[in-house]
Order: sequence, then structure tokens, then C-alpha cells
Amino acid sequence: MSVEPVRSSSTERAFITPEGVDLRLNIGDAGQRAAAFMLDAAIIVAVLGAFTLIIILTGIGAIGAAGRAGAEMIAVLWLVVFFLLRNFYFTAFELSAAAATPGKRIMGLRVASRDGGRLRAESVFARNAMRELEVFLPLSVLFARAGEGGVDSWMYLLAFVWAGIFVFFPLFNKDRLRLGDLVGGTWVVRTPRRKLTRDMADDGAPRRTAYDFTTAQIDAYGAKELHVLESVLRQGDRKTKRAVADRIATKIDWTRDPHQSDTDFLSAYYAALRGRLEDKLLMGVRRRDKHDV
Amino acid sequence: MTETRPSGLLKSQRFRQAREDDWRRLERLMDKAEKGSAAKLTDAEILAVPVLYRSTLSALSVARETSLDQGLIDYLETLAARAYFFVYGSRTTLQDRLTSFFRHDWPKAVQGIWRETLIAAALMALGAVVAGWLVIHEPEWFYAFVPSDLGGGRDPTASTASLRATLDGTDDADGLSVFAAFLFTHNAQVALLAFALGFALCLPTALLVLYNGATLGAFFALFASRGLGVELGGWLLIHGVTELFAVVLAGAAGLRIGWSVAFPGQKRRLDAAVEAGRAAGTVMGGVVVMLLLAGLLEGFGRQLIVDTGARYAVAAATAVVWGLYFYARRREAPHVR
Repeated sequence: MSVEPVRSSSTERAFITPEGVDLRLNIGDAGQRAAAFMLDAAIIVAVLGAFTLIIILTGIGAIGAAGRAGAEMIAVLWLVVFFLLRNFYFTAFELSAAAATPGKRIMGLRVASRDGGRLRAESVFARNAMRELEVFLPLSVLFARAGEGGVDSWMYLLAFVWAGIFVFFPLFNKDRLRLGDLVGGTWVVRTPRRKLTRDMADDGAPRRTAYDFTTAQIDAYGAKELHVLESVLRQGDRKTKRAVADRIATKIDWTRDPHQSDTDFLSAYYAALRGRLEDKLLMGVRRRDKHDV
Repeated sequence: MTETRPSGLLKSQRFRQAREDDWRRLERLMDKAEKGSAAKLTDAEILAVPVLYRSTLSALSVARETSLDQGLIDYLETLAARAYFFVYGSRTTLQDRLTSFFRHDWPKAVQGIWRETLIAAALMALGAVVAGWLVIHEPEWFYAFVPSDLGGGRDPTASTASLRATLDGTDDADGLSVFAAFLFTHNAQVALLAFALGFALCLPTALLVLYNGATLGAFFALFASRGLGVELGGWLLIHGVTELFAVVLAGAAGLRIGWSVAFPGQKRRLDAAVEAGRAAGTVMGGVVVMLLLAGLLEGFGRQLIVDTGARYAVAAATAVVWGLYFYARRREAPHVR
């Protein structure tokens, strides 16, 4: 019996690789996306600032030497660098192997193709060309003059609302797609890193022999409770372990031997329960929780 | 009962122990690859990654069905995802990518939107003709079409002599190079905007292209009324052929997206948008390059080549080069992705 996997969180999405396995990626939520963008914007502004500073420092000499022409040269350089940053910063970084700008990388995000295939260059072009509509147009609307009254301010208000729709577009769909993602066929997913943690059954299996739980006692719980028990054992908090051990002992009518520690009891029960549930799993029966019979 | 095996180990534990080394090896390779580039891996390691990836993926499938070790499943999911992005990520070098882009992808994409290109060009011409006609009959219209910061002192109040002076490349004492750089970034932004606005169902893009044409037409009418039409043609077209073509292409790309969002046909609206977005995205990647070239022609070519005839020659040459590059029949390209 293959059961639909339970979606563990609202950000989890099916992502089928060409091999047909669902990787269950998590999409980046609105907060992470916004934070990543702020970081990128800060980097761009910082680079521009540093560039301006360098130009001013080296430029003073140039102005002295060339007068007006030197100042002009500086202005041209500045405009060109601004243009390059504005148009190529995102595209260049997203075309790299990490498929993420520095901001996204810090937030643990990357761009991926929604259909599970390769991320293509044209998708990256399209998704970043749309930024013009989502970032720069609203910004220029924002800084446009508004205080002239009459028809102008109504036009301004309309433009403002219109631009706002594009800016807040990601909030109106569940995959947090911005317009660029929509057109490019991409989305932004989280790329967490995890270390392989110890198998909690490694402790329990040798202790199994000291505890002879009956089948009825083991059958008291399902997979959900097993995972709770796993995390309790992993965290190793003494008070929690005591409380959980007491609850299990009461539930399964187990008389506790005072010599046996909570950890021993819990990990032995964990191993027994997991063995039992996995045996059932092999027969095609997945017991979700204790209410699932 | 199966739990009391001689080893005392669960099936899932033995499953994990048998494969753990492979997973750790893959993890180490991924750490290495993610830190630097794929170039840091040796050939043997590169070859090992897909194999390890597929075995990890199959282990993940098995573990999901047979193991209840949540830590293991979470680990395998993230490891498989990391390896997936490496295996299916872009590993063509930048050079290969650029080569195939300029040799096949870009011209093909431009050819693919020829219908929209014609429409955008027609819109621009329409804007130019209407604005030109209006300005000839009533010079006051000029201010409606040309924003004051773009005019740079070229308006109906200026004397014929000063208008002629603005067309001379040599006379650029008045911050003309700054003006040129500004104009270039401005035009690039107009092109990008024309593309992005296409998403809003074509109309804003069409208006923008029309307006761009109108600005052009107004300028031309002003200069033509002073008998400077031919000189202005040279002054504009030396870079304008490239630049206007780029704006037209950007508009066409925007129209393509808007059209397929408005009328997706048999496809789902979203799929149609993605498909059009990819084709249009390729065009846009190239449009930025065209604009850069136009900027160079504007900044240097126009200042260095002062003779009107030579300017027209350069303009004609760029027109021929672009036309051949995009629309000439070429040998069937080997499929490179």
C-alpha cells in the first residue's frame, strides 16, 4: 500500500527528478526571499559606494590634470558601472554553478527550474529582465514627484497601485513566485545541509535483550510517536526523558526496574517499536500513529 | 518474531551500514564541489558523482518505504538534492555557452519572433510618422514627445546654427559624453522595460514602442524643418540602426510574452507564459549586447566619424550585418544544450 506522503510543512513541494524520485524540496518563504534581496541590494549599493569613493580619490588627480574632461570621464564611468551592476549582477551569479546570488547563498536559497530539468540560461535572463518591472519601475514611481495635485496625483496613485501589484506578486501565490519566476519557469528553493546523525537504534538494539516487551506492548504506538521518541533520545534532556519514560511505562503497563535508567528503557523500546513497525512496513502496512489501526 | 536476529540489528540498520560509506563519500565530493567549482574535482571524482547520486537516490526511495529512521531520511533527502543540483546543474563552461548562444540560440530565437518584430517595427514607424507630421504642422507638439532631459537643449527655440553644432561630433565640450552615456543607459532601460511590460498583456509595450518612435519622429521633424534632415539621419543612424533594432526586438519579445499570456491556445496559461518567456529571455540576453555595441558606436563612432556620408555608410553596414546575422539561412546547427 503506497500511501501519499504527508506534507510535513506548508513550504514543501513535490520536485520529481528525471529518475522519478520526489525530492520534496522546500521553497524559500517570502521573508527569506526578501532578506536575500535586501542583502543583494546592500551589496550593490556598497560596491557602487566603494567605486564612487575610489573614483573620487583617483578622480581628484584626473580633474586637476584634465579639468572638465576628467570630471566627465568620471561621470561616464559611474553610469556604466551602475548599468553593469543593475543589469548583470543577478544574471551573472545565477548563471554560475551555485545558481544563487551572494544574498541567496547566505540565506541558503538557490534558483531551480520548476519542471525538474536543468536550469537554463534563457530562464535566468527572463527572470532577471523582469526585475525591471518589479524593482526599478516601482522605485522610479516612488521617487517621481507626487505633490502637484489634480490629475497628476491621481495618475501617480494609479501607477503606485499598479507597481505595487508587481512588487507584492509573490505574496499572492502559494509558490512565492515573482513575475520573473513565472515567466522564466523557475522557483527559489532552500538548500539546507545536514550531517548524518547517529541512528538511535544503534543504542537500543543491544539493550533489546534486557527488555522483553510483548507484542501487545510494542503495538501501543505508531510512526508518529516513534519520531517523537527519536527526537527525545537525540536531544537527551534528562527531565523530558523521565516524563516520556513514565508515560510509556504507564501506557504499556510496564513495571519499571529501578536499576534500569530512563535512557536504557527508552532506547530499548525505541528499537523494539521501530523493528515492529518496519516489519509491518515491509508487508506494506504503514501505521501512522497510535490511532491508526 | 523477526526482531530477535542473531546480530540484534534491524534490517534498516544493516541497510544503512552497508551504504553509509558511499553517502559520506558523495557528501565529501559535494562539499568540495560547492566550495569551489567543479574544476576542483578530479576526473575520477567527476565520473563517480552520477553513480553515487543514483545510488543515493535509490537508497532514498528504499529508505522511505522501509525505514523509520527520520534522521536518515532527512539526511538522504538533502544529500540527494545537493547532488541533483550538481548532476543536473549547468556544467558547460561559460565559453561553450557563449559560443552556442551567439552561433545558434540567439539568431534562432530572433527568427522565431519575426512576426512580433514586424509589428513592433511598424508601431515604431507609426509613432515616428505621426509625431513628425504633428511637429511639422505645430512645433509646440515637440514638447509633448521629447522629455526635457533627453532634448539636451535641442528644441524649437534653438537656432539652426546651434542645432547644427549638436550634430558635429567634435564639438562635445558641453558634457556630451556624459549625455551619451546617460542616453545609452536610458535606452537600455527602455528596452528592458519594453520587454518586462509585455507581461501586462502587450498594451504597455506597444505604447512604449510607439512613444519611442514618436520621440524620434519629433526630433527628425524639428531638424528637417531647418534643412538638417540628412545630417540628423547620419547622426542618429550610425548607432541608431543597432539601437532601434534592439528596442524593436525587446518590444517584440515583450509582445510575444503578453500575447501568449492573453491567448495561450491549447496550453495552460502558465505553461504558455514559461515557453514564451524562455524564447523571449534568449532574445533579451542578446539585446543587452546589441545595446552595448550601440553605446560604443554612439560614444566613439559618432565622435570619430564626422562626415555624414561616412556615417550613413557605417549605418548601412550595421544594418546589413545584423540582417545577415539574424535572418540569413544557415547550416543546420548541431544540437548543443
